[in-house]
Amino acid sequence: MSDQVDHSRRRLLTAATVGTGAIGVAFAAVPFLSSWQPSARAKALGAPVEVDASKLEAGQMLKVVWRGQAVFVVRRVKGSIEQLGNHDAMLADPASDDSVQPDYIKSSGAARARNPEYWVGLAVCTHLGCSPLGAFEANNSFQVAGADLGANWPGGFYCPCHGSKYDLSGRVFKSMPAPKNLTVPPYAFADSARIMIGVDDAPKV
Amino acid sequence: MAGERLLGWIDQRFPLTSLWKEHLAEYYAPKNFNFWYYFGALALLILVNQLVTGIFLTMNYKPSSAEAFSSIEYIMRDVNWGWLIRYLHSTGASAFFIVVYLHMFRALLYGSHRKPRELVWIFGCLIFLLLMAEGFMGYVLPWGNMSYWGAQVIVSLFGSLPVVGASLVEWIRGDYYIADATLNRFFALHVAALPLALIFLVIAHIMALHEVGSNNPDGIDIKKYKDANGHPLDGIPFHPYYTVKDLVGVAGFLLLFCAVIFFAPTFGGLFLEAPNFEPANALQTPPHIAPVWYFTPFYAMLRAVPSFAGTQVWGVLVMGASIVVLFFVPWLDRSPVNSIRYRGPIYKIMLTIFVLSFIALAVCGVKPPSGIYPTLAKVCTVLYFAFFLLMPWYTKFDSVKPVPERVTGHV
Repeated sequence: MSDQVDHSRRRLLTAATVGTGAIGVAFAAVPFLSSWQPSARAKALGAPVEVDASKLEAGQMLKVVWRGQAVFVVRRVKGSIEQLGNHDAMLADPASDDSVQPDYIKSSGAARARNPEYWVGLAVCTHLGCSPLGAFEANNSFQVAGADLGANWPGGFYCPCHGSKYDLSGRVFKSMPAPKNLTVPPYAFADSARIMIGVDDAPKV
Repeated sequence: MAGERLLGWIDQRFPLTSLWKEHLAEYYAPKNFNFWYYFGALALLILVNQLVTGIFLTMNYKPSSAEAFSSIEYIMRDVNWGWLIRYLHSTGASAFFIVVYLHMFRALLYGSHRKPRELVWIFGCLIFLLLMAEGFMGYVLPWGNMSYWGAQVIVSLFGSLPVVGASLVEWIRGDYYIADATLNRFFALHVAALPLALIFLVIAHIMALHEVGSNNPDGIDIKKYKDANGHPLDGIPFHPYYTVKDLVGVAGFLLLFCAVIFFAPTFGGLFLEAPNFEPANALQTPPHIAPVWYFTPFYAMLRAVPSFAGTQVWGVLVMGASIVVLFFVPWLDRSPVNSIRYRGPIYKIMLTIFVLSFIALAVCGVKPPSGIYPTLAKVCTVLYFAFFLLMPWYTKFDSVKPVPERVTGHV
């Protein structure tokens, strides 16, 4: 028995104990923090949606639901694709600088698509979240909305709630209630016409 | 006799009498407290109101996205006195912020944040911060359309942070959009985690205050002059003097509070916003998204900052800084005196500008960002920060009046 206390040894042991305890607390915190991540059910419900766009004729559109929101898939007519760049001066945000889209969409310019033939975008008006309608025929009055879209109408989307007009790439025209272009979600082509909505890269098959 | 024996029995096992004396019967508070000193006690009253009414609301509320909205309607229409309990809670939330803002303004008036009360102030700022989180999450629970889109906007703020933003937002929501999981966890935080933390901080706030003693409208130390028993000559026991005085304040407060509950519970759309009487709809944004009034000064600052270098994170940082800067006030203030009564004209002018710009920011945050409001918000954001960031200079160079040795007024 010694009445001498080895203080440096005691400090080392105290520090080691505290350190070990802290590591234990950090590990114990992981399950709690991780429990806040989307659950398996949320992940399953939010999984990417596969669309077989080969069924679409040119000029047709379909709507699919992804993560609780409707998504447009449009197969555009060749002629209208070529004209997409001709009305940039009439648009509020022609290059989509202030609008939401994945980075890889940017390089396609006016087409705003990975493949100019198919346009994919959220069916949610950026004004107040109404669902726009497809109004693809140029220069025509639009039967569904009962609205005359004018002689200069190049074809695109029309929101029946407050009259916002978008072109065939979902780009909003100037002086419309909607501030931004329609949002393009992440998507990828699994093959020439199978579109995976909700992923940036198609899974390797 | 039996009572005394019981008290003796307890005191040998629990410091009941000494707690009573330390915090009430023998806590000597300055005798010159004025109107501004009501708001601490009132804040405590509202905290109790929120806890009691909140507990009774949870007895009928269902924290799920499918049932939340209709369970609130059930409380309003079918539960006996449910409407009263809910309006006590919703009006209490707004009253809490009114009282807390006035309580904080009192500190700026009389220098209550200054040495040796820095920790009282810091605990208070933490309470304010938690109160904002509590208010925000509470507003989401009714699952009205403004609840939904308010949550959408506020949670998206975290998405503007670089690198971690997107995954942080997903972590907070627990889903890919504001969903059932989000509502359920906000409920857990609102009714359990945050109230517990708030109660703990309130206790710390009061303990820190009673350790150093209360400030007063003259901003002077009353412990310098003591009587033969060691009690401050300018102090009086908190109980019964201030407990009774605070009861008068409580009566006045309850008159106004009940008037709002019975005659204007939505307060013209400020306390309960009109779009929140529609159920949450992920596909339909309300015409104009505005937070509840008590967040609008900070929301206006968020919107006042333009996006820059391709990101909107600057507005979020400015909004965060507007709260963080409060914590540093005890060290930013370099005046040789505490109370505004003995400060020079510069501080009075700066404080006036600060209050006016804070109110103007609140108005800007309620209005849509068009017309004069965006410019006004930008100017007032600069003025808000000027009050704090220039404080080390203007408080130092400002003239001061001689400070009395003893408290003044009708004492």
